[in-house]
Amino acid sequence: MTATLLLVQVLNGLQFGILLFLVAAGLTLVFGVMDFINLAHGVQYMIGAYLGATLAALTGSFWFGLLLALPAALVFGLLLEVLVFRHFYERDHLSQVLATFGVILVLNQGVKAVFGAAPMQMPLPEALSGGVRIMEGLLYPSYRLAILAAGLVTAGLLWFLVERTKLGMLVRAGASNAPMLSALGVDVRRLFMMVFGFGAMLAGFAGAMAAPILSVEPGMGDNLLILAFVVIVIGGIGSIRGAFLAALIVGLVETIGRSMMPDLMRLFLDPSAARQTGAALASMLIYIVMAAILAFRPAGLFPVRT
Amino acid sequence: MTWRDAALPAGVFAALALAPFLGFGQSHSLTLLARAMIFAMAAISLMLLVGGAGLVSLGHAAMMGVGAYAVVVLDHARITEAWAVLPAGVGATALFALATGAIAIRTSGVHFIMITLAFGQMAFFTASSLALFGGDDGYTLYGRTEIFGARLLEDRLAFHFACLFCLVAAWALVRALLASRFGRVLRAARENETRVRALGLEPYPYRLAAYVIAGAIGGLAGVLLANATEFVAPAYLAWQRSGDLLFMVILGGLAGPHGALLGALAFVLVEEWLATLTEHWRLIFGPLLILCVLFLRGGIAGLLGRG
Amino acid sequence: MAEPLLELRGLNKSFGGLRVTENVSLTLEAGEIHALIGPNGAGKTTLIQQISGALAPDSGEIRFLGEDVTRLSMARRARRGLARSFQITSVIPSFSALENAALAVQARSGSSFRFFRPAAREAALNEAAMAALEEVGLAPRAHLPAAALSHGERRQLELAIALAMRPRALLLDEPLAGTGPEEAERLIRILRGLGARYGILLVEHDMRAVFALAQRVSVLAQGRVIATGSPAGIRADPVVRAAYLGEEEGEG
Repeated sequence: MTATLLLVQVLNGLQFGILLFLVAAGLTLVFGVMDFINLAHGVQYMIGAYLGATLAALTGSFWFGLLLALPAALVFGLLLEVLVFRHFYERDHLSQVLATFGVILVLNQGVKAVFGAAPMQMPLPEALSGGVRIMEGLLYPSYRLAILAAGLVTAGLLWFLVERTKLGMLVRAGASNAPMLSALGVDVRRLFMMVFGFGAMLAGFAGAMAAPILSVEPGMGDNLLILAFVVIVIGGIGSIRGAFLAALIVGLVETIGRSMMPDLMRLFLDPSAARQTGAALASMLIYIVMAAILAFRPAGLFPVRT
Repeated sequence: MTWRDAALPAGVFAALALAPFLGFGQSHSLTLLARAMIFAMAAISLMLLVGGAGLVSLGHAAMMGVGAYAVVVLDHARITEAWAVLPAGVGATALFALATGAIAIRTSGVHFIMITLAFGQMAFFTASSLALFGGDDGYTLYGRTEIFGARLLEDRLAFHFACLFCLVAAWALVRALLASRFGRVLRAARENETRVRALGLEPYPYRLAAYVIAGAIGGLAGVLLANATEFVAPAYLAWQRSGDLLFMVILGGLAGPHGALLGALAFVLVEEWLATLTEHWRLIFGPLLILCVLFLRGGIAGLLGRG
Repeated sequence: MAEPLLELRGLNKSFGGLRVTENVSLTLEAGEIHALIGPNGAGKTTLIQQISGALAPDSGEIRFLGEDVTRLSMARRARRGLARSFQITSVIPSFSALENAALAVQARSGSSFRFFRPAAREAALNEAAMAALEEVGLAPRAHLPAAALSHGERRQLELAIALAMRPRALLLDEPLAGTGPEEAERLIRILRGLGARYGILLVEHDMRAVFALAQRVSVLAQGRVIATGSPAGIRADPVVRAAYLGEEEGEG
């Protein structure tokens, strides 16, 4: 493997990690503040992608599509909160898992019914359709760099919001001790709704940004959701900082593992066996990393609750 | 012992035994019933974890998947003898459960849910990457498992009763386990872990043993599922199927293994019925699921028990 | 002289900057009821938690039956015969009183890795459990689920569970907490009967019970043992009166 290829994989990994972070951030906040486990968070990502693609097609502009997708994803998230989720805050995790699982079934099928099972395309914006010459012989797509930048900016904003504002202080207090908040007279229901809507919007944003480079299809959020779970488990549930670091780890390990494992295996095995074993190992790699981290730190890298 | 603990499942088993002779003997009905019985087995094993040990696993489909892929591996090597296939399927799953459970059970609550989900996904992606066994497309078996070289299970009726036998055995086993000393420790630790520790009992080994036993039963269900469809694909390990299994358990109720039995049968039959109505049956099934979780707290077994 | 049943040597524990246990040393002899009293926040429950193994001390040593058990888990200490009752009742709510006690018997007799025989029909377990329930006067209510018992009855059950473990020493954390006068009277009678057969370390707020039961009393204030002695000696001790008893009598 050449240095060029490795650099490409690192960039891809970081970009994937950033998308993961945007999804995981909402998930970890919702869980941290509300003790609510939301499997349907992944469909928010899918909804964001569909909204982005549809709105871009309607307005004829990628930028309008992306811009309009944000409030639309927010409204959608709030709608789900009112219709379904809020009835399960008081229930055990098992009920929450099943209810949000039901939401996934409906939305995946609903999207299929409305848009069809075939993947949808979202065109790249004109201005970012080219590439950037990063080093000799390496042209990296500008749009992917833009995702990386937008994700980092969002992560920065999020950090500011959670660490430096009054609202963020409440959210952090809720993550470490939720009953205390209501004792202090905070309107917990409204805080829950805000956190929820915000998380949905972040996931939707990630989905809309990813839409032009991935195929927009039913169920696209499911696998990402599970990786996002891995991220928040590794990072420590409720921790934004942990989610950020873990998302980058997961993104890099996933991407680089998949491209390098077969080559690595070729050192020990014949080519066809190497391809097989390498592929199998690569898909297990991130879970092995997770298991290893949890074996030593069962509460994740940055546990919020002590 | 209340009547629903024994009489209700006995009635269900009798109905399943008689079904082929009461107008449900066509190939389509028998296929559906076999499927229902196989999932009921898996749900009963999951019930041991959820209802018995309080371990909410969202990766139980992987257990069925490992069992099913053990059949595939042996089939690929042209080994179809039951006395090789069954121990291999059950043993492989027990080992998988031991390895993943050893880590997962160190955690609890939501962490446990997420970790079992992640391990299930790991198994899913591993199955997808096995090009030798068809990768994503799956693998069609050369034939069903043989018993002493006889192709007994090719006969649909014989297969029906093989499934029923395994289902009854699984139910009886889980029921006995829950009532035993072992099950008593599990149930006590679910309700009050500190108390159990203060008594001098460490819950971990008991939970791990339950996880391995449940995995082994799930593996047996997987072996049967592979035989029922004569085809195995990574979709068998998909996390949505783990969700389905969990729903079967809750739908039936957590009062005992009979709950999981009823839940699984109801699930498979309703799913089948809805699918005949519309291609988009999940649009009906999803809200149904949510409403069941919201309102049907004791499950079907709870409803029947009250009457 | 033989080693005491239970011995604490220089235990220390802090939470952040707060010292909740400061150089605590005390002993419990076989056949003795040793009461641990002190105002709220004196660190009594934290001390019990360290002895039972729920919390690890920062430094110091806990010796039980002549062996250092400081690093052993709660479960291991329990298996060696150190039984604990909880300040807030800790039973298995859905189990019957009998099954609660039977679980404790089971924990001390043979393996719990028995998979097939119904535990509820093991006569040996049930007989020993019933004996423990009889000892605390709960036998008539044996088949009710613990959740259906009254508060006082659950305190009795808590005690029966500890007895069913066939312990060498009992750590009782406020066994009378929240009981009415009649229930308290009955529990005191029961405890007096038990005192001769076990070593009991008793944390209790009810001074009447403490002075009726204990052979020795230690007073804990701000994490330190400020006095140890006979009930009469403690009652007369001016330091104790200043730190504790005066305040308590003023309230009552």
